[in-house]
Amino acid sequence: MFKYIMKRLFLMIPVIVGISFILFLIMDLTPGDPARAILGDYATQEQIAALREEMGLNDNFFVRYFRYAVNAVQGDFGKSYRTSVPVVEEIYARFPATLQVAFQAIMLSILLGVPIGVVSAVRQYSAIDIVSIATALIFTSIPAFWFGLMLILLFSLKLGWLPAVGADSWKHFIMPSVTLAAAQLATTIRMTRSTMLEVIRQDYIRTAMAKGATRRCVIFKHALRNALLPVVTVLGIGFGNLLGGALIVESVFGISGLGTLMVNSVKSKDAPMLVASVMFAALVGSLVNLGVDVLYTYIDPRVKIQYLRRAKS
Amino acid sequence: MNASIKAATHGRIKTKKRSQLKAIWFQYRKNRLAMFGLALFVILIFIALGSGFFVDYETQVIEQHMKERLRPPSAAHWFGTDQYGRDVFARVVWGARISLFVGLFTVGIALVVGSLIGALSGYYGGWLDNFLMRIMDVFLAIPGTILAVAIVGALGPGLFNVLLAMSIARIPQFARIVRSSIISIRGQEFVEAARACGTKDRRIILRHIMPNAIGPVVVQVTLHMATTILGVAGLSFIGLGIEPPVPEWGSMLAEAREQMRYNPYLMFFPGMAIMLAVLSLNLIGDGLRDALDPRMKN
Repeated sequence: MFKYIMKRLFLMIPVIVGISFILFLIMDLTPGDPARAILGDYATQEQIAALREEMGLNDNFFVRYFRYAVNAVQGDFGKSYRTSVPVVEEIYARFPATLQVAFQAIMLSILLGVPIGVVSAVRQYSAIDIVSIATALIFTSIPAFWFGLMLILLFSLKLGWLPAVGADSWKHFIMPSVTLAAAQLATTIRMTRSTMLEVIRQDYIRTAMAKGATRRCVIFKHALRNALLPVVTVLGIGFGNLLGGALIVESVFGISGLGTLMVNSVKSKDAPMLVASVMFAALVGSLVNLGVDVLYTYIDPRVKIQYLRRAKS
Repeated sequence: MNASIKAATHGRIKTKKRSQLKAIWFQYRKNRLAMFGLALFVILIFIALGSGFFVDYETQVIEQHMKERLRPPSAAHWFGTDQYGRDVFARVVWGARISLFVGLFTVGIALVVGSLIGALSGYYGGWLDNFLMRIMDVFLAIPGTILAVAIVGALGPGLFNVLLAMSIARIPQFARIVRSSIISIRGQEFVEAARACGTKDRRIILRHIMPNAIGPVVVQVTLHMATTILGVAGLSFIGLGIEPPVPEWGSMLAEAREQMRYNPYLMFFPGMAIMLAVLSLNLIGDGLRDALDPRMKN
């Protein structure tokens, strides 16, 4: 297992290098002069030329990328063009808010989605099933920012229960988490329902029933455990989407997290900030995926054997 | 003799093809939700195509009428007017055209480029497959919205750039699906037979493998159109997509947001429009997936 994890971690390195290269390239194609951005509109031509020379902006693209990569390996991801703060500090300062919203959204979608999916499957075509499918369909189709705005309209402006923007207390995190959870919840419900439906029809479920096990025992011990596998995958993939969704949800609720950081650095052409924050988001996403894959082996012994075999060959 | 054989086989192939489509349609028709989605989508297409006839772009969609600003919904203005006095109904209707165009175009580009990469990778395998898929892995590791945001940042906002950014973000996903589809078909006898007959690779891929790999791809096309429409609306909403005064639903919502305290009706209709468009495509995609699933045939 250790060997497998190490292998996966090593495979992550080229991906991260690739991401940094692509983003560096994209930001290089971005029009605008960073030196002018730093010095402001009143700088003279000479000052700009001097700063360009100092920053090494006149060098060839590959030289600059290589220099960036060498520094990055040593933990120096550069300074923001806009605020001159080291980008790593800014990312560390911003990440907790994003993580909190994403984590709460995931928890919400598991705690609500799995039970609803199970009930839906066990009572297929009942009123509960139809309502939960309809809800799931609407939640997959609803634009997150619109849903968020509607929540603000109802709970902040009309009822005055929750604060509309900011990230100061736990109350501020309720609506963003619910907004972000909506799409994920829908996927979780649908996935749990469809895999449950498949599992319930298996022979071993009939055997367990025939042996006289209680309905509850059959559903939770025999069926749900087997149905959870694909759900776990979806949750792993979902986490990456949540980081992307944070981009929009954070801007709706005025949370200064990683998402708004990225949007702002795109708007202000802050290349070092953008490259580092996207790299960071991708790294977190990949690590979560790896975590999910490892988790698999504990849920499903069949998978463990497969991995062990693959690691040996 | 030769001609009659040709005619006979030609005829048979044709009927076979039609019957398969018919079988899918037969399955699809049984699904009431999917039919609802299809109906919704057809209505949407009619609205998009018809908007050019009954709404004048310059005077009704773009031109500002400051005397008429912020009128609530009424008989004259079904959805009310916005802060520049423009009729919201006309703008929402015109928005259908933009969103559908963006969805079709983006997925079209991603499909063509992605299929090409996936086909090459899946058919040839080896180092080419490894090389292409590692590149795709890199793109897949960046969440789609974030990648699109970065590309829009480099190119600048605007309709065409958003299209391009969204397509690039979707290419790897199509490449993956097509690749795995092709790998599962590559080894089958009819492909070997075609190769034994001396058929060129290009023809094998396009004529023999692709038609058989198309099922899962079609499902993905509809589902990706849904997420693209959502994504573009989201980008426009945060000011990195299609810019005002173009009546894109997301950018309309961004404008409506400024008025949300006193004129919340402005927010309602563009949001509903996005939701219905996305819902219709999601329903069609789900219906197609079920219709194409051989397990559902009995």
